[in-house]
Amino acid sequence: MTATIRFRLNGKAVTLNTDPDRTLLWVLRTDLSLTGAKYGCGEGLCGACTVVLDGRAVRSCQVRLGTVQDKEVTTIEGLARNGKLHPLQEAFEEHGGFQCGYCTPGMILSAYAMLLANPHPTRAEVRSGMELNLCRCAAHQRILAAIEAVAGQKGGTDD
Amino acid sequence: MTDLSRINRRQFVALVGGGIVVVVSVSFADLWDALEQQGRQRGYPEDVNAYLHIAADGKVTLYSGKIEMGQGIMTSLTQMAAEELGVSLDAVRIVMGDTALCPWDMGTFGSLTTRMFGPAVRAAAARARLILTDLAAQRLGVARDALTVENGVVYLATDRSRHVSYGDLARGQKITHTVDRQAVLRSARQFAVMGRSPRRLDGVDKVTGAAEYAGDVRLPGMLYARVLHPPAHGATLTRVDTAAAGAMPGVTVVNQDGLVATLAADPELAEQALQVVKADFTLPPANVDTESIFDHLVRAGGTPNTADAAGDLAAARGQCAQTFETTYYNGYVAHAPIEPHTAVADAKDGKVTVWSSTQGPFSQQATIARELGMAPENVRVITPYVGGGFGGKVPGLQAVEAARLARITGKPVQVAWTRAEEFFYDTFRPAAVIKIASGVDAAGKLMLWDYQVYGAGARGSDVFYDVPNRSVRVYGEWGRAPDGMHPFAVGPWRAPAANSNRFAAEQHVDIMAAALRVDPLEFRLKNTKDPRMLGVLRAVADASRWTPAAAPRKTGKGRGLACGIDAGTYVAHVADVSVDRATGQITVERVVCAQDMGLVVNPDGARMQMEGCIAMGLGYALREEIHFEGGKILDRSFAGYRLPRFSWIPTIETVLVKNDDLAPQGGGEPAIINMGAVVANALFDATGVRMHRLPMTPERVLAEIKRL
Repeated sequence: MTATIRFRLNGKAVTLNTDPDRTLLWVLRTDLSLTGAKYGCGEGLCGACTVVLDGRAVRSCQVRLGTVQDKEVTTIEGLARNGKLHPLQEAFEEHGGFQCGYCTPGMILSAYAMLLANPHPTRAEVRSGMELNLCRCAAHQRILAAIEAVAGQKGGTDD
Repeated sequence: MTDLSRINRRQFVALVGGGIVVVVSVSFADLWDALEQQGRQRGYPEDVNAYLHIAADGKVTLYSGKIEMGQGIMTSLTQMAAEELGVSLDAVRIVMGDTALCPWDMGTFGSLTTRMFGPAVRAAAARARLILTDLAAQRLGVARDALTVENGVVYLATDRSRHVSYGDLARGQKITHTVDRQAVLRSARQFAVMGRSPRRLDGVDKVTGAAEYAGDVRLPGMLYARVLHPPAHGATLTRVDTAAAGAMPGVTVVNQDGLVATLAADPELAEQALQVVKADFTLPPANVDTESIFDHLVRAGGTPNTADAAGDLAAARGQCAQTFETTYYNGYVAHAPIEPHTAVADAKDGKVTVWSSTQGPFSQQATIARELGMAPENVRVITPYVGGGFGGKVPGLQAVEAARLARITGKPVQVAWTRAEEFFYDTFRPAAVIKIASGVDAAGKLMLWDYQVYGAGARGSDVFYDVPNRSVRVYGEWGRAPDGMHPFAVGPWRAPAANSNRFAAEQHVDIMAAALRVDPLEFRLKNTKDPRMLGVLRAVADASRWTPAAAPRKTGKGRGLACGIDAGTYVAHVADVSVDRATGQITVERVVCAQDMGLVVNPDGARMQMEGCIAMGLGYALREEIHFEGGKILDRSFAGYRLPRFSWIPTIETVLVKNDDLAPQGGGEPAIINMGAVVANALFDATGVRMHRLPMTPERVLAEIKRL
């Protein structure tokens, strides 16, 4: 079954003629060549595939393409603006909030959506907000430091 | 050793064009001995270890067969080259893990990069600096001693208006130089690039999503493959029917020599096609499982290797004031990198190129060549960023699958294992049984240490306490275990064997201190004279504000201490925990770790590894365990196999004990080795409960609390 799916991706309009039952993760990674969202488990349990859908962090491996019709999708590739890193990207880099980097796009986008909803979270709120994202290299302490640095400054949005 | 696949010096020089090439061939006799002690059978080349190229445009490139999987060596190796060469960090580019460009390397594991490859990099760069300075001396008509180097420019020290850049010096040159002995290296006091913590060179790529991993490689016409895998290790395929899959539009089916796969331009279509493949397997009987494995390991262990022996055990037993006997158990754990094993292969004109998530590009090249019946020089393995390895990405079956499928279909093929496949094909950390009998004299001095380890291996079993009568016997070390010892493949897992050995040994030391009503720190200080061990013990005591007291205090909160040696590095931990007596839940509140790793190339990078070791180590200490029935793996998802999460993460404090006179030692693994013991010892202090088996799940802890 083929349908026409229109949505905004990183601020630009996208139109695809394809099966709406396909998974957003694989459409991003194959048809749209945006490989920042990673496959980690395919079950929504690790967070490596996280993207932002209308301001909320979603597991793109669990999202059917048809459900993003007319919505706004932000991937890690769309976070930097005019060649300038987003404050969260800056902070992750500065604090060393990554090691192998594979979970990093999902971490940053989960933090981004969390700060959109709650610009000045407590440490406990940051922990619980990030709880479902897995980092096997165990860079947790520095990821927390990076997010808190941004939350302390300006709530993490540049919009 | 002979390795036909290794690029030779002449080919390399032709490849990079003109300029200056420095090839290092250094002998690492002492490190070779250290490797043998760790039980490694594989060789390290003693001829060529590093290439450094200064191009005619002045660009410096370091070629290394090592790979970047998060440990930060892209940055620290570049720091070493920049330091010795006398240029800034951003003047050096590094090419890693490409078998067509880089010198042969045995693989990235064992916390060996800085220890073994580091000296080669520094020697190459130091020699290049000498060559360039000599060229400058000729050019300027002065003696070499009159010159200084700053940021890639050679100056006459007395007249800085007279200078010449490395690029000017390299232009038009075709110099190849082999360093055959250790060059004179800069000392820690001279360092401008080493000993500092610049931002990681992989940072911007990783926070922007630009970092390329094997699964991100896109080739025209590439197909995604799903491979039919058995439901249990040891299973045999008896019947397969691919007709329904083959009838799906856009699907290619391969069924050749036991390799059954569905391929499509869309990975989800390939998966749907695999779902309709009908296959029957016969399963071998499951004669061992998660609970019965320990008796099995002892039965199957065979003849031991004796790692250490001194004194007279039988006589010592009679002389001890108190003796202690305990058996410790540890289950199988998974590596579980967030990036599953992935490879993209392209076969054309009798050659195969494979982009692979691997810790061993050269061993993978050899494996692919062997499995495909090709000459190694016709197989090129390129290693993009690797999404975590921890010892699990050495064998590389997925790359063999991709290469075979690419050759069969004539198209580029990606094989990316699913999470369930990743758990199934993991080379698990082996389960272990450790039996210890020990004794002390009336003064509390260790007299006896009789240590037997089954399944794990020797690493981490070193007796650094002063014990006159001792024996360490190792049964079935991983990599050379008797057939049938383990029901599936096992392999190295971050600090192989050491996690099991320290869990047992450091708890056992604590048991003796508690029986004597002696402070656990005092007991350790009293029983070793090793200055580096005394140094890390005192450092961790200071940093954690340790106050002397015998355990257990049984207040519901406790602190533990543990220490050990790994990869040439000394490490001691203190952990503070609280225990919920109603649920058995252990909360680790703070971990302080002191580490003596010799000269530190990148202090922040070293601390990142320590923090990662500590937080990752909480997993095997508290939760991680593979459940199985024979060759059937029951935990194949993150739902059942629980990794450390943000809510687990304690306050982590790291201390680097200064020891600049010692060459850099290992950093990727040492700080994980004590995590089982330090938490177990803190649990004991909090509750009086001793846990002899890992992981210390709430259920197991609660059962022991109820038995008190």
